[in-house]
Order: sequence, then C-alpha cells, then structure tokens
Amino acid sequence: MRNIWTIARREYNHFFTSPIAYVVAFAILLIVGAIFALVILDASNNAFSGFGSTAPSISAVVWWFNFMIILSTPALTMRLISEEHRMGTVELLLTAPVRDWELVIGKWLGGFLFMLTIIAVTLIYPFILNSLETPGIDQGQMMSAYLGLILLSAALLGLGVGISSLFNNQIAAFFATLAVFIFLTWIVSFISQIAPGGKDLFSYLSMNTHFDSLNSGTINLTDIVYFLSLTALGLFTGATAVEVRRWS
Amino acid sequence: MIRVEGLTKDYGARRAISNLNFEAKQGEIVGFLGPNGAGKTTTMRILTGYMPPTDGSALVAGFDVVDESLEVRKRVGYLPETVPLYTDMTAYDYLKFMADLRQIPDSSERADEALEMVGMESRANSFISSLSKGMRQRIGLAQALIHRPEVLILDEPTIGLDPGQVVEVRKLIREIGKERTVLLSTHILSEAQQICDRVLIINKGKIVAEDTPENLQSRLVGSERVALRVRGESDGLSKIITKVKGVQSVHSAPDGSIEFQFAPGQDVRPEVAKAVVNAGYDLLELRPVGMSLEEIFLELTREDNRRK
Ligand SMILES: Nc1ncnc2c1ncn2[C@@H]1O[C@H](COP(=O)(O)OP(=O)(O)OP(=O)(O)O)[C@@H](O)[C@H]1O
Ligand SMILES: [Mg+2]
Repeated sequence: MRNIWTIARREYNHFFTSPIAYVVAFAILLIVGAIFALVILDASNNAFSGFGSTAPSISAVVWWFNFMIILSTPALTMRLISEEHRMGTVELLLTAPVRDWELVIGKWLGGFLFMLTIIAVTLIYPFILNSLETPGIDQGQMMSAYLGLILLSAALLGLGVGISSLFNNQIAAFFATLAVFIFLTWIVSFISQIAPGGKDLFSYLSMNTHFDSLNSGTINLTDIVYFLSLTALGLFTGATAVEVRRWS
Repeated sequence: MIRVEGLTKDYGARRAISNLNFEAKQGEIVGFLGPNGAGKTTTMRILTGYMPPTDGSALVAGFDVVDESLEVRKRVGYLPETVPLYTDMTAYDYLKFMADLRQIPDSSERADEALEMVGMESRANSFISSLSKGMRQRIGLAQALIHRPEVLILDEPTIGLDPGQVVEVRKLIREIGKERTVLLSTHILSEAQQICDRVLIINKGKIVAEDTPENLQSRLVGSERVALRVRGESDGLSKIITKVKGVQSVHSAPDGSIEFQFAPGQDVRPEVAKAVVNAGYDLLELRPVGMSLEEIFLELTREDNRRK
C-alpha cells in the first residue's frame, strides 16, 4: 500500500511540473468557466424577461465538463507507463520491491488525484451560482453530477493507464486512448440508436448513458458499478501488460 | 550470495545466454567480462528480478529470483547499464523516492548519506537533467547503494567517470565488497584485475573461463615475463640475456626495453641481472610484465570463436 502511495505522489507532483498538465487544467477550467458564465447570463436574461425564475441547472456545465475530461484525459495518461518504458526507468521500478499491480494502481491514483484537484477547483462555479440565485441550485442534482464526474474520471484514467502500458510511445498511447474513449462514448451511443437489435446492450455499454443518468440527478447502482468495472478493467489491463512485457 | 544454475534466456529465437553456472559468495567481488552482446546485461536483469529466465534457476541472497522475486528485489541494489533516472526530479528527490520505494524509514537521511557516498552532496538540489553524464552515473550508483543491499549488481559502473572518480568508485566498491556480494560487469580488464576477487569471462552467452585474475594469467601464459631497461643503448643485450640458463625467449619491446620469459618457478632474474651488469651495462629497471588481461581475454574469446 505504501508503494502505491509513493508512486502516486511522484506522479501527482510531476503533473505540477508538466506543461501538458497545466494546459489540460487550464483548458478544462476555461471551457467549463465559459459555459458556466453563459448559463448564468442566460438565466438572468430569462429572469429579466419574466420567463420563470427557476434556478439554472448546472447539468449543461457538467455535460461540457464531461466532454473536456474525455478529450483531455488521454493527455494526462499517455506518458504514465509508456514513458517509463521509453526512458528505461521501468527497469528501476520493476527491480524495486514493488508489485506490478501496485505500480499500475499508483500511476492511476496519481492521475486520479490530479483530476480530482481540477474537479475540486470547479466547485467554486456552483458556489457562485448558489450565491447569485435566490432559490439556489438543486443540491442533490449537483452532488449526483459531481459523483458522475468523479466516477467518469476514475474510469477514464484507469483505461488510460492500461492503454499507456501497451505502448513505448506516448503519442501512440494518446491516440489509442482517445480512440477508445470516443468509441465508448459517442460511437457506442450512436450504434445503440441505429442498431436494429441489442439496443439495451449498446446503451448499457455507452458511457454517455451512465453519465447522463448521474448528471440528471439520479444515482443508480448500475451506473456506479459500470464506471468502477471500467476502472478495474483498465487497471487489470495495465498490470497484465507490465507482467507480460517482463516475459517477452 | 548469488548462485546460478543452468541459466538460459531466449529472446524469441535468439539465445542470449545458455546454461550459465556460477557462484558469488558473501564478501566476494565477481567481475563479469565479455565482449558486446555476450549476455552480461541479460544475466544481470534476470538476477535482479527484472525478467524471468527461459530455463534454469538463480538464487540471490538466499531467495529464488522467480518464485521469491520480491524478497530478492528487497535485498539487491542494481545499477542498470542505461542508468535510468527521472530527469525531471532533483538528485535528492530522486534518491528519496527510490528510498521510499524500498520502504526505508529514514529515507531523507539515507538520501543524504547516499549522495555523500558518491561525492554529490553539493548537487543535491540540481535537477538530474542538468547533471553531466558522469554525475548521473554517480546518482545511479547512489540509488543502488541507498538501502545498504546484501547483494550489489552493477552493470558497467565506472563507464563515463573521470579518472579521479573511477578511483573513488572502485575504492567504494572494494569497501562494499568486504561484507556484501558484488557482481559487476565491465569491458575494462584492468578494472576487473584491480577490484575483482574472481573473474568470469563470458562470450556468446557462455562462460569460457572463471578464476582469479592472477590465476587466469598464469594459467594462460604458462611463463613469466620480465622487462629490463638499461641506461643508453641496449644493443647486444638480447644476445647476453639469451645465453642465461632458463631464459625461454627474448625480444625488444617498443618502448626500448627488453623483455624475456622464463618458466614459472624458475626465477632467473638474479642471473640475468648479473650477466647484464657484468657485460658493463647500467641496469636501471627489472619489472615483471604479466600478460595483460586484455591479451588473455582476446586469446580466450578467439579460441572460443575458432572452435565454433
Ligand atoms: N530486449 C532484447 N530483445 C532481444 N534481444 C536482446 C534484448 N536484449 C539483449 N538482446 C540480445 O541478447 C544478447 C545479449 O545481450 P546483452 O545485452 O546481455 O549483452 P551484454 O553482454 O550486456 O553486451 P554489452 O557489453 O554490449 O552491454 C545480444 O545478442 C542481444 O542482441
Ligand atoms: Mg550490457
């Protein structure tokens, strides 16, 4: 367990020295902030012109947040394990008394904590919203949506670490990860809409289904299980790849 | 302690090492000598638990490298050939990270201690990316020593170091080798001669010779060689020496001295000296020249190549 923490801490600190991580954080905060500003502007316009005075929902903001996480996670995970192979530092890690899965989970945890940090920073947006609007925002929906963001990040980072362990080249890892993410979100969703049969299956496989459900304010166990399973699948792939590469 | 039995490793269809057998005891420094591609790094990677062998077994510090890999890894310090380092970290942070990975309780003190051991304490807060090659080599070495391992495996530890550091690092290795087990690989034969208690010569994945550096020499040469130097011209000296009983052969060396050989155990140096002085020469120097390990090495690997 301590090994996981040691590795996670190094990765987490590394993000704060990495320009890519800053770009990712900045992009997410900027886009989410901009959407948020638009939502507020829209709400105040509506209130002005007398169209109901319900509090604006943050679900649109969260949806864009989700979109940004999907696009930017590959940039955070691409180097996590591939870079160790390229630089040869994997030889240090694999000859240290660290189990292969501890290494993979440590890498994942470092990335996950970084994403959690970004998510935590965005909490100021709903707080601002809450103080601007008198009825306030729907707290339940907000908690559910943020749970969705956290679970989504866990799953994407898990998959990203797993894919990174298959490559020596971080650019290759980036595009492979992005492809898998796009497939699991929009392509599977699209298939579920046009497929003659198996709609339920494809709809279940799509990340969008589960994320949208959480974003709309309903916390279902199936959604939680779905994201945790994907996380486990990614980490398992990573640990297996590290192990297999020892033997080759 | 290291014990290797029948160790074999295939990379796909290529056999990198085949059926290696050797031992290194506690308090022993064993040198691994061999040309490029001989299989030194491959062997070391197996012994450090980086990858499993295709066949055979190895015991390091009393544990099996495959079945008890984690126990082995706890007890081994390893300097990989490529000296992998996290260049985005400072020397101190890097060493502290490695110490933490090894779950050393006082990792900060150990990081300082390790930096001091390799004479890098003044660069503790420099980023590794800003260090010279030799400095990085020393950080790599510090990383291998940080947990005071029972067994130290060093893949070409002095490569890239300046002469002063080479001497320092060799001294350090000798010191460590008094109580622990050290296996090091090198291409520098004089280095093996200086610091190793025993030398394994490996070629094309097979051990072709194994002995102390001294024994290897006498075993192969079968005679002792001495260089002699006189003041001024040495014309006619060869003839005088050749006449001395017991001298096997005489030839002039490129540096102006004369070399002669005799069978081991029949030291003819006093007789030669007398003959030279009696002939009116001013004798300046009489110096044994062993066949260098370089020559032995080339001899051994050539023989081996010819046999194939
Ligand atoms: N990762 C690898 N994949 C395939 N073949 C390899 C790999 N590593 C080494 N080999 C092969 O195994 C053989 C032994 O290589 P090894 O690196 O052990 O030699 P070495 O004695 O360390 O050489 P050097 O003195 O150049 O460091 C070589 O034929 C090499 O091509
Ligand atoms: Mg090598």
